[in-house]
Amino acid sequence: MNKILIVGEHDGKSLNPATAKCVTCAKGMQDAEITIALLGADTSAVAAQAAALAGVSSVLRVDRPENLHPLAAVFAPQLAALAADYSHVFGPSTSFGKDLMPRVAALLGVGQVSDLMAVESAYRFRRPIYAGNAIVTVEADSARKLIATVRVASFQAAPSGGSAAVESKSLSVSLPTHTRYVGAKSGSTDRPDLQTARRVVSGGRALGSAENFKLLFGLADKLGAAVGASRAAVDAGYAPNEMQVGQTGKIISPEMYIAIGISGAIQHLTGIKDARTIVAINKDGEAPIFEVADIGLVADLFQAVPELEKLLGT
Amino acid sequence: MQKIMVCIKRVVDYNVRIRVKPDGSGVMLDGVKMSVNPFDEIALEEALRIKERGSNIEVLAVSIGVADTQQQLRTALAMGADRAILVQTDAVVEPLAAAQTFLALAKKENPDLILLGKQAIDDDANQTGQMLAALWDRPQATYASKIEITAGKAAVTREVDTGLETIEVDLPAVVTVDLRLNEPRYVKLPDIMKAKKKPLDVTSLDALGISAAPSLKTVKTEPPAQRQKGVMVKDVAELVDALKKKGLI
Repeated sequence: MNKILIVGEHDGKSLNPATAKCVTCAKGMQDAEITIALLGADTSAVAAQAAALAGVSSVLRVDRPENLHPLAAVFAPQLAALAADYSHVFGPSTSFGKDLMPRVAALLGVGQVSDLMAVESAYRFRRPIYAGNAIVTVEADSARKLIATVRVASFQAAPSGGSAAVESKSLSVSLPTHTRYVGAKSGSTDRPDLQTARRVVSGGRALGSAENFKLLFGLADKLGAAVGASRAAVDAGYAPNEMQVGQTGKIISPEMYIAIGISGAIQHLTGIKDARTIVAINKDGEAPIFEVADIGLVADLFQAVPELEKLLGT
Repeated sequence: MQKIMVCIKRVVDYNVRIRVKPDGSGVMLDGVKMSVNPFDEIALEEALRIKERGSNIEVLAVSIGVADTQQQLRTALAMGADRAILVQTDAVVEPLAAAQTFLALAKKENPDLILLGKQAIDDDANQTGQMLAALWDRPQATYASKIEITAGKAAVTREVDTGLETIEVDLPAVVTVDLRLNEPRYVKLPDIMKAKKKPLDVTSLDALGISAAPSLKTVKTEPPAQRQKGVMVKDVAELVDALKKKGLI
């Protein structure tokens, strides 16, 4: 029996879809018994969402005021305590999970396998290295606890339909006060979340300015798409950091990815390899993005984008 | 603030096109250009800027790796680090063992701040800084895009999935850096000459009491699946037709 503890990601109101993708990854093992751990100030609402995921057998709630913000230094000792009863501890390869999970692993004195993209057995996995330019199959020691992050773009979200038992846990773990949350700035938007959107419209340096970058918003809204950006566009200040797609930004797997004015550096392609259909619009017919595009159009984006928006109708 | 330790990894230069060996035993590394991991270079640049704003701060560059890693530490010294330590080994050092090694150095050197890249561009593990902070029992601030040092504390703005987040940590602390923190300086020739005279000590994992025995076995290495080449359309109307045919709109 593989007992898998998944660290749930949430904002107090809704469970991040990355958690449901970790469940699918865990289900890829034989004899998997899946538990989701939720740390927060009040996890009642997200616990109900976690309990409804098909394949989850129990949900553990650890509610305490110190858990209001997901600080790795505060969460890690609690998760290390919870981990005692499990053979595997999984978290998502999001900024939340990437920050937290290695700290948990080190407290447990074990290594971590980052970015699981396929499960071959309970201790054998595939993961990308060198920005996805090589894929390694790794085998871990089954005598030790296995800590891993799950490359969420590689898995579909587990459907709902489950009814797991929810249990509140109180842990007698003393928490550090050396790390304090100050505040956050997020580009609040009505558009779909980039990481889970079915459609993504993404812009590159060819947009030329932050003002021009807004050209993509109309197209995105018409398609119900999230908006992404290349590193070059973010570095140039055309788009905020949370829009960055690629090796060091977000790795995404939408049904349709429309790359506009993006040349297609290898680091960017790493972030979109799992998109079902890639559409590229670029003035330069030699741009590497056309090597991976399913549909390519060599055109001036400043003419093509408004025209596309118009032809898509209402 | 008296001392900043910067951890540096020697990696395949980020412009090199990675090729997998035909027998699946790894990637081809013979004769390829090696460099300082770009994120670690940003970490070093930040240490130097903090030093230049303050006074009497020593910047110590440390690395773990083969004898030739001295080249990357000399680059760090040329950029402006005051001294360097190489923990020389031919072994494959996983992130946990790297964190244990850096911890051993931290215990000897007592830095107020440890800076390193958020990930190395070879294994893309994104683990060492967090593990080091855990073992050191000190705060971590990962994915930094801004670091402000005040008495005994650092306010760090972090790049997270939802935007930017600021946390405050007591020093000493471990901070891992992201791309937009700064742009590293270019090394000038006189600095390269000067760097040759700066101290670079070499020690070993044994001397620090570290075992590098790997916990993971790499069974095979493969190239990624290639996408099929697609179709080119000649105008926007054709593009819309193609999208319709695929059922995408």
